[in-house]
Amino acid sequence: MPDVKSLIRKLKVGETLCFSGVIFTARDQAHKRLVAVLKNKNKLPIDLRGAIIYYCGPTKTPKGKVIGSCGPTTSSRMDSFAPTLLKSGVLGMIGKGRRAPEVVQAIKKYKGVYFLTYAGCGALLAKYVQKAKPVAYPELGPEAIYKLEVKNFPLIVGIDSKGRNVYGAH
Amino acid sequence: MKVITAKTITQTVADLCAQANFVLRKDVLSRLKAAWRKEANKRAKDILKATIDNSALAQRQRLAICQDTGLPCVFVELGQEVIVKGDFKKAINKGIEIGYREGYLRASIIKDPLARGVSGYSPAIIHIDVVPGKRLKLTVLPKGFGCENKTQLKMFKPTEEITQIKKFIIEAAKAAGPDACPPFVIGVGIGGSAEYACLLAKKALLKNIQLKPARLEKELLQEINKLNIGPMGLGGKTTALAVHIETFPTHIAGLPVAVNISCHALRSAAKIL
Repeated sequence: MPDVKSLIRKLKVGETLCFSGVIFTARDQAHKRLVAVLKNKNKLPIDLRGAIIYYCGPTKTPKGKVIGSCGPTTSSRMDSFAPTLLKSGVLGMIGKGRRAPEVVQAIKKYKGVYFLTYAGCGALLAKYVQKAKPVAYPELGPEAIYKLEVKNFPLIVGIDSKGRNVYGAH
Repeated sequence: MKVITAKTITQTVADLCAQANFVLRKDVLSRLKAAWRKEANKRAKDILKATIDNSALAQRQRLAICQDTGLPCVFVELGQEVIVKGDFKKAINKGIEIGYREGYLRASIIKDPLARGVSGYSPAIIHIDVVPGKRLKLTVLPKGFGCENKTQLKMFKPTEEITQIKKFIIEAAKAAGPDACPPFVIGVGIGGSAEYACLLAKKALLKNIQLKPARLEKELLQEINKLNIGPMGLGGKTTALAVHIETFPTHIAGLPVAVNISCHALRSAAKIL
């Protein structure tokens, strides 16, 4: 098993890669809850250390399929939560679009990474998901946290661990 | 008089939800293919290819084109000589419920915008227009919120120069930038009242984007494509696939301009009963 942490540090902005491994979906409401849990020092529903968070709320899983359509949602809505999660051990984020300067700084500080993946291509991305299981907040429906096992999931490095941004400086 | 039952409306709306979410509009797909053909930037070309592959996969596997199956907006053209037997709006919302549930589409609608809570499929946003005749036209536009969040309205002075209005529309595209899934289709509403300009902008998204553009639409499209935002905001020739403008008479004291942006997954389906 390669050391994901050191691999992430080697990634360069703009680079494309395929990821195989575990990622966790989380979007607006899950982020709000995770940050509240951290603030109140309660027990987290998932281990954030080394985690890669995918900003995604999939459609319902059709019969006989692993997952429904599962593309990225707009990352900037998670900007106010992302630095707290990075501080708590999150290594990477996957989404679409720009990030706030404080997120870029937090990525640099904690040596994380922000990935982009094909936006508006949820049916295509479902191909790369081999297993999907809700692991927290099932009552949130599409906003629940799902543990996904992905194979060759296509990614573009949006912001690398040195804080270099594919969308340029703000 | 022509009688249409609530049951027929429900079934039609349910079918339109599936069609809109699984089958990308022909005009949109054709423009995406044209953008892919002319793109020189490799990364932009790859992304456009992914969107084209995505639409083929979605249709074949009956998977939603985008996981954001939108806030369903339903446009109704109700002929004056049509009698709807049953509760019309209830019939539409029931169709949405069935179409979304049976299509395994996403439950993205929360009942209370402040308290939020558990999400469901309805209600749809319903716009009813009464028209002459014996026909009932139903159009379902599932509007994704990544791009809906980028909507802008500005109340210009009636003496404002056209260059300023153009600038506002171009700036709206720029502000939407990489976040709202470019290449966009840009709907513009000019005139009417504040809320009517917004409705016109949304309605502009329903027009066939392969139609010959008016001069102002063409100029705006050229300007916007010079922004080099490109697919996913990573640069490229195509930032917008089309710009459509709808206008309406307005007040001597004002000039409302609204911009409603659609992502490349512009989905809608219509049927005439």
